Amino acid sequence: MDHLSNLEAESIHIFREVAATFERPVMMYSIGKDSSVLLHLALKAFYPSLPPFPVLHVDTGWKFREMIEFRDKRMAEVGVKLLVHRNEEAIAKGINVFNNGSGVHTDELKTVALRQALDMHKFDCAIGGARRDEERSRAKERIMSFRNQHHRWDPKRQRPELWHLYNTRIAPGESVRAFPISNWTELDIWQYIKRENIPVVPLYFAKQRPTVVRDGQIMMVDDDRMPMLPGEKPEMRMIRFRTLGCYVLTAAVESTAANIDEVVYETLSARTSERAGRMIDYDKPGSMEQKKIEGYF
Amino acid sequence: MQQITLDSQRSLLRFLTCGSVDDGKSTLIGRLLYDAQLIFEDQLRGIHIESQRKLGDVDALDLSLLVDGLQAEREQGITIDVAYRFFSTAKRRFIVADTPGHEQYTRNMATGASSADLAVLLVDARKGLLIQTHRHSCIASLLGIRHVVLAVNKMDLMDYSEDVFRTIEKQYREFAKKLNFTSITAIPMSALLGDNVFKHSTNMPWYQGLTFMSYLEVVDADATYENEPFRMPVQWVNRPHQDFRGFSGTIAGGSINVGDDITILPTGTRAVVMRIVQYHDERTSAARGEAVTIVLDREVDVSRGNVLSSVKFPASTSERVEAHVMWMHEQSVQAGKQLLCKLGTALIPAVITKISSKIDVNTMETMPTDSLTMNEIGVCVVQFESKIGHDTYLANRDMGGFIFIDRISNETVAAGMIIRDAATTQNITWHKMDVDTNARATVKGQKPCVLWLTGLSGSGKSTIANLVERALWAEGKHTYILDGDNVRHGLSSDLGFKAEDRIENIRRVSEVSRLMTDAGLIIIVSLISPFQSERERARRTIKQNEFIEVYIDTPLEECERRDPKGLYKRARAGEIRGMTGLDAPYEAPENPELHVETMEQSPEDSALQIVSWLRTHGYLQA
Repeated sequence: MDHLSNLEAESIHIFREVAATFERPVMMYSIGKDSSVLLHLALKAFYPSLPPFPVLHVDTGWKFREMIEFRDKRMAEVGVKLLVHRNEEAIAKGINVFNNGSGVHTDELKTVALRQALDMHKFDCAIGGARRDEERSRAKERIMSFRNQHHRWDPKRQRPELWHLYNTRIAPGESVRAFPISNWTELDIWQYIKRENIPVVPLYFAKQRPTVVRDGQIMMVDDDRMPMLPGEKPEMRMIRFRTLGCYVLTAAVESTAANIDEVVYETLSARTSERAGRMIDYDKPGSMEQKKIEGYF
Repeated sequence: MQQITLDSQRSLLRFLTCGSVDDGKSTLIGRLLYDAQLIFEDQLRGIHIESQRKLGDVDALDLSLLVDGLQAEREQGITIDVAYRFFSTAKRRFIVADTPGHEQYTRNMATGASSADLAVLLVDARKGLLIQTHRHSCIASLLGIRHVVLAVNKMDLMDYSEDVFRTIEKQYREFAKKLNFTSITAIPMSALLGDNVFKHSTNMPWYQGLTFMSYLEVVDADATYENEPFRMPVQWVNRPHQDFRGFSGTIAGGSINVGDDITILPTGTRAVVMRIVQYHDERTSAARGEAVTIVLDREVDVSRGNVLSSVKFPASTSERVEAHVMWMHEQSVQAGKQLLCKLGTALIPAVITKISSKIDVNTMETMPTDSLTMNEIGVCVVQFESKIGHDTYLANRDMGGFIFIDRISNETVAAGMIIRDAATTQNITWHKMDVDTNARATVKGQKPCVLWLTGLSGSGKSTIANLVERALWAEGKHTYILDGDNVRHGLSSDLGFKAEDRIENIRRVSEVSRLMTDAGLIIIVSLISPFQSERERARRTIKQNEFIEVYIDTPLEECERRDPKGLYKRARAGEIRGMTGLDAPYEAPENPELHVETMEQSPEDSALQIVSWLRTHGYLQA
């Protein structure tokens, strides 16, 4: 078997273990390229059945408009059940990145929102699209990552995980985060998207888009909620995104890669990591680990 | 786009770095990636800043920070858990598991080793071979790794001495004779300075061999699976509608074609493969490693945990095996330990019936023992509760490797590798003793059970327990009280009142209760047991229908007014911390079998309520 087929088989195996051993699993869907691959793998794993779990999108209200359009179209095509959850309380309070900074924004609109959704539906396993090559604390995480009653990760006491034998046993109230694409790299993701012809949000492909430059990062001006700083005026630039999150927290890269082949080629020669465009990773050293301990993916 | 096509054809090498603490494992990986220019610029900037902060030197670059991804690791300068790093060169792609050297974290080293084809064993040239060098070699060998790089590191601190290197190499080759490695390649290096890592060292002209990176690019570590019989543990029964029933799983050995006969283990039922489905593809054959869905030609009983197997060379279905067991939990294990075993896709109760010997990792000799402590590897006899399809680990890793899971804490406590079938003529089976629980209880005219009295301190548990026992004794029933205060004088005298101690106390009381129900007794447990989850664990330990949760419901104000032991008073005065009901929570049972409201009735009436319940539910015979 070739490399991508090996990765695919391992991921499908993990999906099936989750479906067979948990009572109420759910698949996290964040609309990005990794989620697109995750969804495709789930469809493959259970065919001719549909995936035996719903899909959950934790919506901060600050996603790019094209992402939401893509989500709704894609869900209708594949026919899986989509749950959308927002931390309405925080949104009502007006919490956002401009008023509260990226730390509070991510904590309230993503981490707290996720915990709310998991508690509300009593999900005992949440499948996520995190990859070990994204960030060094993720490189430390198990494929089946145990969480206590408060959704907390204890990086110092992870269960040993040998071979492909996953310990999915938990007590009531505890849960597991399962990561079927742990061992994929960014390049694997793009090559698989190409091989399997998987639809992705058009923002991954280069196009002229309205932008501003802040702290050396190129930000796309997606709608009028983004306040312009004095003297700032949106300028058109040829850009694309390597990762997609909240538009206010995700920087674009200048690029001419307008189709899948060009994106694969650009990924092969990249000199910076894809998460270089994610502001939340840089709040302080160990930032991602702390967020994960608190329940973020 | 030629580069892209070539990319998917490069082979993959999975390796791990291991060895004793401070031998430079994380630094070696960092150095390899740095010299090969495989570190992204933003990540390099990140560790530059951190190195400066840590070492107070503007030019400092601590390459171990690239892989030590946890804050605790960076603070302490050690590796706690395995990190996976992915990189590729023009010749090959790699997944490296950087594993911890501390003995305490050996389980994490085993985690990294279980998926590797090659081990890079680091040795500090100043220290030579250490016990962890031996232990990690032993684990790597048992897990089936056949290729080892002996990385003799920190040569810069030994004046790049050839003698030092040759002596260590010789000692290691001597030691490794007792292990199952097919190749050992020794390379002298300095991970800190880069000698022989990516570039040939000018400091060691006497070394003519390959650099570390060149070796990784050319070593042939692929396992071969020729003539392996077909195996597929069933993961999930795929039944979207009436007309389709398939069995999904990953092929764990051999290959399968449409039209092949297969046998379903452990039942031994036969069937013929009608379809092999892989998404929109209808396959005519499939092989090891592929995730497929198989449709059979007839309606047969197949469920998760069963194994679809070659007819000619079926897997064993013995209930009893001999296995290497690597114990990974702080609490040591003795023969008789009941555990859950996950093997393939089956999860079944199992018991370690015998611990025959353990391995001295320094000499690789075996010595007799009756227990295994953390990180010890022993040869054990394991008895499964029922028949299960399996192979030896040597024949098939996926069919012969298993994990043990604690029945109460759900932790993974051991890894095992089947050495051989142990279904001999002795025919010892699971707890099938002539006098069983039912027989013992019948003699006594009672059904064994555990009355688990939970409630606040001062709620009246002990008083009621006492009255219940007297009433039952008057009827000639055999009972025993396990009282929270009393067990702390003996069974749990080594425990304090921290959360983990309380959990352990409850675990012990549960296990003792279970033994006593086996002996046919009615047990009355009187224990605050404030957490629902702990009581649920007790319920799972004790057999179904034998656990009766009794909520002794007395309001906190009343308990505090009574305060028979003066504990509330002391807690209010700040002398005691963690007092349930005050500064520690009490989770009232959600669905207790019995709800006893002590404000409504006398203790005698409460006891009567419990005894009547037992009678109407058939636990007491006249």
